[in-house]
Amino acid sequence: MKYVLLYTNRPDLDAAVPEERRAEVYQAIYGWFEKHGAVMSDGGAELQGPETATSVKSGQNGGQPVVVDGPFSEAKENVGGFSIIDVPDLDSAIAIAREWPSLSLPGVAVEIRPIVDHSGDM
Amino acid sequence: MKTEDAALARIVRREAGLIVAQLQRRLGNFDVAEEAVQEAIIIALRTWRRDGVPANPGAWLSLAARRRAIDLLRKRSRELPLADEWEPDPAVAISPLGRTGDERLPMLFGCCHPALGVEARLALTLRAVVGMTTQQIASAFLVPETTMAQRLVRAKRKITAAGIPFTIPEAADLAPRLDDVLTVVYLSYNAGYLEPSESGRELSDDAIWLAELVTRALPEQAETWGLLALLSFLNSRTAARFDDHGRLVLLEDQDRTGWDEVAISRADGYLTTAAALRRPGRFQLQAAIAGCHASAASWADTDWLQILTLYDLLLRYDSSPVIKLNHAIALSHLRGPAAALAEVDQVADRLSGYHLLHATRAQLLSDLGDHAGARAANQRALALTHNPAEQQLLRSRLALLDLELASSAAELTS
Repeated sequence: MKYVLLYTNRPDLDAAVPEERRAEVYQAIYGWFEKHGAVMSDGGAELQGPETATSVKSGQNGGQPVVVDGPFSEAKENVGGFSIIDVPDLDSAIAIAREWPSLSLPGVAVEIRPIVDHSGDM
Repeated sequence: MKTEDAALARIVRREAGLIVAQLQRRLGNFDVAEEAVQEAIIIALRTWRRDGVPANPGAWLSLAARRRAIDLLRKRSRELPLADEWEPDPAVAISPLGRTGDERLPMLFGCCHPALGVEARLALTLRAVVGMTTQQIASAFLVPETTMAQRLVRAKRKITAAGIPFTIPEAADLAPRLDDVLTVVYLSYNAGYLEPSESGRELSDDAIWLAELVTRALPEQAETWGLLALLSFLNSRTAARFDDHGRLVLLEDQDRTGWDEVAISRADGYLTTAAALRRPGRFQLQAAIAGCHASAASWADTDWLQILTLYDLLLRYDSSPVIKLNHAIALSHLRGPAAALAEVDQVADRLSGYHLLHATRAQLLSDLGDHAGARAANQRALALTHNPAEQQLLRSRLALLDLELASSAAELTS
């Protein structure tokens, strides 16, 4: 089954993390991608910060879509990137997500979302 | 549920989970397997009530479930024209049977998966593994049947969509996942044991049956024995827990000659087996605390120091506010109501919606002579519990407090 791993963090909490700690985690992330390379599909990405986000939202009362500055949600969490993995089941996905190095930092979460399988549609 | 129905429920319980597991392995489709068995159970209960139980109820149920499964698959393949009706559903991973040999166990771990909400885990376990009907589960948890049906549909949909596997976790994953399973069993027991009714009793029996099933399958896990011991200790007091009018009798006031000695010695044995495995845990410690009460000849003989020591240990494994509340209650018997109230107030915020927090505060305030405060706390407790037996007890406490308040008012004016 294919899953998207969404990496989220809390920018307000990130500020308190010392620079060298951040560098360590970054280093560990390279190792993590190497370790799990076999189940990674192409198409994952690390995203620029939420301050660079632009959202196009549906207009009110059926009006034209509106372009606004900022991410789509005003949640404290920021989506920092995502990967697509192909593993047998949810437990395998959880096992991989659990090793995500940034989870040693406060406010970090990995959301696991199964991808809709359209292979049976045709 | 009539006694006759209770006997039918026991037969269903013995067979239903096994048939779901077998059908699921055969079809690779949990949703259809579970639905088919559920429908077969409803047909069976109706037919058996009328015609009596057949000679081989397991085979009867199994055949009825297979027929229902074929019907369901036909119906679905009309909706999804290209699906082959016996093709395994790849979305649900099927595990090899594993070392335990009981096919229900991988299913139990799937139903109690942490990716599902706790309420969904409970409902799904009671339906798929125990074979309770949606209607029975709904009435046990005091929710409308449609709400419960929705909850079950959502949970089953998530199992398929998210690829929740039916496997017994291995190595380091087993202990935390087993804890999730045991928690569901414990919550099932809790949902039943304060109900004086037959259906409450049934739910408690189902929980003990589940605990036995897990223990048989995973005898090297100390906590399974711990939970079995805990439930056996709690169950040994069943006959003394309610008076002739169905009123709740607190431990303090129970007639200890009514306790089931056989169940107590069985529980002692389970706890000894658990201890020999040398892997302490929260269920073993709770069982040990229940065991302290079981071995006290009277309420006055209760060894509160031992109980408080066990709660101190328990807090290392489970620092939830409910355990802290119980710690405070044990403390009140050693160091008095003021010390206990200080501890209770530390968890008051987090337990503000829990009736026993307020009931405990009421008792402590009353011991300290604050009858007006005790009255207010009891009223909060009363507003928060739906259990008729507990409501009745709280009302009688309120009536006593009113007497106290009236007599102290009389003292002031005289």
